[in-house]
Amino acid sequence: MRVAIVVFPGSNCDRDVFEAIKSISKKLPKFIWHKETNIENFDLIIIPGGFTFGDYLRCGALASNSPVIKSIRDHASRGGAILGICNGFQILTETKLLPGTLIRNNALKFLCHDLNVIVQDTLPSPFTWGFKPTTKLNIPIAHNEGNYYINDNELKKLKFNGQIAFKYEENLNPNGSVGNIAGVLSENGRILGMMPHPERSVLNHHNSLDGKLFFQNLMEQLLS
Amino acid sequence: MTKENINNKCTLNQAMEMGLTKEEFELICQKIGKIPNLTEAGICSAMFSEHCSYKSSKKWLKTLPTTGGHVIQGPGENAGIIDIGDDQAIVFKIESHNHPSFIDPYQGAATGVGGILRDVFTMGARPIALMNVLRFGEINHSLTNHLLRGVVKGIGGYGNCIGIPTVGGETNFNKSYNSNILVNAMATGLVNKNKIFYSAASGVGNPVIYVGAKTGRDGIHGATMASAEFSDDTESQKPTVQVGDPFTGKLLLEACLELMKTDLILSIQDMGAAGLTSSSVEMASKGNVGIEIDLDEIPLREKNMSSYEIMLSESQERMLMILKKGAEDDAKKIFKKWDLDFAVIGKIINEKKIILKKENKKVCNLPLDFLVNDSPELSREYVIKTSRKILNNKNIIIKESIKSIIYKIIENENFASKKWIYEQYDSSVMGDTISVGNKSDASIVKIHNSEKGEFKGKAVAISTDCNSKYILNNPIEGGKITVAEAARNLVVSGAKPLAITNNLNFGNPEKKEIMGQIVGSIKGIKEACEQLNTPVVSGNVSLYNETNGKSILPTPVIGMVGIVDDIEKIIYMNAKNNETLFIVGQDENKYDGFLQSSLYQEIFCDDFSGQVPPIDLKKEKHFHDFVMKLNDNKIINSAHDISDGGLLPCMIEMLLFNKLGIDINLPPRIQIPNKENLLFLHGWLFGEDQSRIIISTNKPDKLVEFSKSENIKVYCIGKTNNTGIVEIPKYDSICINKCSDLYNNSISNLFS
Repeated sequence: MRVAIVVFPGSNCDRDVFEAIKSISKKLPKFIWHKETNIENFDLIIIPGGFTFGDYLRCGALASNSPVIKSIRDHASRGGAILGICNGFQILTETKLLPGTLIRNNALKFLCHDLNVIVQDTLPSPFTWGFKPTTKLNIPIAHNEGNYYINDNELKKLKFNGQIAFKYEENLNPNGSVGNIAGVLSENGRILGMMPHPERSVLNHHNSLDGKLFFQNLMEQLLS
Repeated sequence: MTKENINNKCTLNQAMEMGLTKEEFELICQKIGKIPNLTEAGICSAMFSEHCSYKSSKKWLKTLPTTGGHVIQGPGENAGIIDIGDDQAIVFKIESHNHPSFIDPYQGAATGVGGILRDVFTMGARPIALMNVLRFGEINHSLTNHLLRGVVKGIGGYGNCIGIPTVGGETNFNKSYNSNILVNAMATGLVNKNKIFYSAASGVGNPVIYVGAKTGRDGIHGATMASAEFSDDTESQKPTVQVGDPFTGKLLLEACLELMKTDLILSIQDMGAAGLTSSSVEMASKGNVGIEIDLDEIPLREKNMSSYEIMLSESQERMLMILKKGAEDDAKKIFKKWDLDFAVIGKIINEKKIILKKENKKVCNLPLDFLVNDSPELSREYVIKTSRKILNNKNIIIKESIKSIIYKIIENENFASKKWIYEQYDSSVMGDTISVGNKSDASIVKIHNSEKGEFKGKAVAISTDCNSKYILNNPIEGGKITVAEAARNLVVSGAKPLAITNNLNFGNPEKKEIMGQIVGSIKGIKEACEQLNTPVVSGNVSLYNETNGKSILPTPVIGMVGIVDDIEKIIYMNAKNNETLFIVGQDENKYDGFLQSSLYQEIFCDDFSGQVPPIDLKKEKHFHDFVMKLNDNKIINSAHDISDGGLLPCMIEMLLFNKLGIDINLPPRIQIPNKENLLFLHGWLFGEDQSRIIISTNKPDKLVEFSKSENIKVYCIGKTNNTGIVEIPKYDSICINKCSDLYNNSISNLFS
């Protein structure tokens, strides 16, 4: 498995993702600085969480104009797998590689705690296949702008296509997301954006090991 | 002030406006042999300010124990450093941002966090944990809501963005803080022992480098502002509050750590309070050299800044470094990569002076030794006042059912969960967090990558504490208890206490009784640190926390750091079903308790006068060793310190998570309900006697055996069950579900 972790100024979960992948994969992931323009030959590109460019203007907006984005688009158009976590998700919606947008949590405050996300019945995707739909994964969130918004027509399309990867539990939606959405897939199922941080539930001292299940499944699916 | 004429001599009035006294101004003129110009006077005033010179407290701070086998760096540097073995060290410090946070809660708190982080990474350490100690006025006071929200958003705004987990701290409310809130931020970092950086400048001719953000007009004379009392026109001081940019902070952190991997840096210091002035003066004077700076080279955000403004600006995210000669280009490349300013602004000179040039003219020429060594050290008058009142429990206890009392304590803002606050902080970024919130008595962060094979790794445990009621009633004993409690919190979490940092927050030291609080609590802290072998390695003093003559409660905050040598030994607070609960530190012959100065008295009597619970530090140390021994022998399943609120509230905290119940085994003497026994029972349940903890165990026999051999008293409270009811036989029963609801939601309900 060749995994790239893209680092922007202000990324702050890059090392955490590195450690998570390192703990389950023999091959170490590679950091890619946002000014690099040639990132071929990776099986998976991960855009980690953080506050790229200080979240100035809009979360992810400035990062979506970084030089590295062109090669990420190329990777996507080749059908390559891309995972955007938290701020990485925001960058993927800003680049329009994923539909919808992420606005401020409805309580207007940053929130960090453990919660369950529920795996949905989706189109074929390395991110969700391998899990039985309705499986609960205990993974923490840590965000200020995780309130996923998309208009009704587009939401219908997402549901119809099976592009909703994860939902928060009914009545435990932390941020006001439309349809309790916690993670969204691209139309071909090869790109996932999610607000929760799976890399924070991988190591033995973490509160849960469900993030490890998530990454292990992803690796297996990508290799098969 | 924008137009400057270097020949303009500073008048006494101008000097006094800068915060200097007449005597200090005269001393300056005499020592430097001339009347200073405005820039020179500004520099002197900043260096002489309470904030930089510690003039009121210096005499007493010197008495604190600061050395020990594991101390690598004590006070006097940007932060303290302790050895944790394996060629690694922990760097930590606490610092206040009280005055700015009252004026502008968001920016005040945010820059407080940014500043303390720079103090830690300037020494070469990667910050791994943030804590904060907050004090606000009454919870329903008109300003509290706005101040609390702003401060919490500010702490989160900086810490979350820069990506350092905020893992704990404490928040308390009391009316004495209505107009003077406290915001103390503590940062802890991890450094390789042979990659520590210090601030003493060296090498005549070596280049002086400025890196980071540009200099603007924000925070000019902040150190002086922070050294004065507030009055009604405090709002007008808003322009002196600095503005933080955590994004630049993050870039600066990464750029500095990247440069520190090379051997190009000779010394480095954060531009904190009094900005370029204190950093350049301190670096040069520590290195016994002089410094020359060309102010035209300073990266500026605004045009036409005077030398006075440049030197006293407290713009954030800036560092001063001395590089090896010829290293400029390599270093510059790194800062370019991170889009940060990098400027060679001067050089180290032989003559021990600070010389500033602007437009090819000397605008400042001051002797360094004088600025640092001759800054005043005052022997302020003091009187250590202790409460003369001796209250009998009869005068304190109220005629309410135990049930009604416990619910009121649990929902009280000084006891209830601060979840509403700490969930706004990113506590799990960096992936090493083990314990936050109420998981254990201390906050615990794993030492990154310390695991090896079967060994699961080491961790750092941190605790912050201060019980102001005790300090007010008896500064010396209260000081001891504050240190002892911080240590106990570490011990019951499975850690060994190593060292402390302290933040001494008080009112106006010119008043004898306030100075007495300072002197008294330092004496208490000193004694406790000596007995518990936890030297003071860094700290901060914040005085003049007064408004219109009314002082805050004395608040000397202790931040203690300890080491968990194997993370398998960490003790959590939550008890499980079918475990036996014990009080360690008392036996069945104790059937009452110490209610003076307690949370019980505070809540129900709206008063906390009287005596403070006695503490014997030798016994306390023995007690800690005993608890560590129990832990090494795997006798403890979970544990919790008995502190604020006493036995019953603290025991309920252990039962909440798993919604457990218990039938309490009351001491024989008070098992029959009558008037006299009820009096004792209140003391037993809510008294705050020291040197006690509660543990849960599955090995009660072993515990009793160990306690006999070590001469420690233990008392079996009973076995946990899954009824969710705490039964006090013949007196009352308490519903854990209700406790849980009150505990978790009372503060959230007020603020959501």
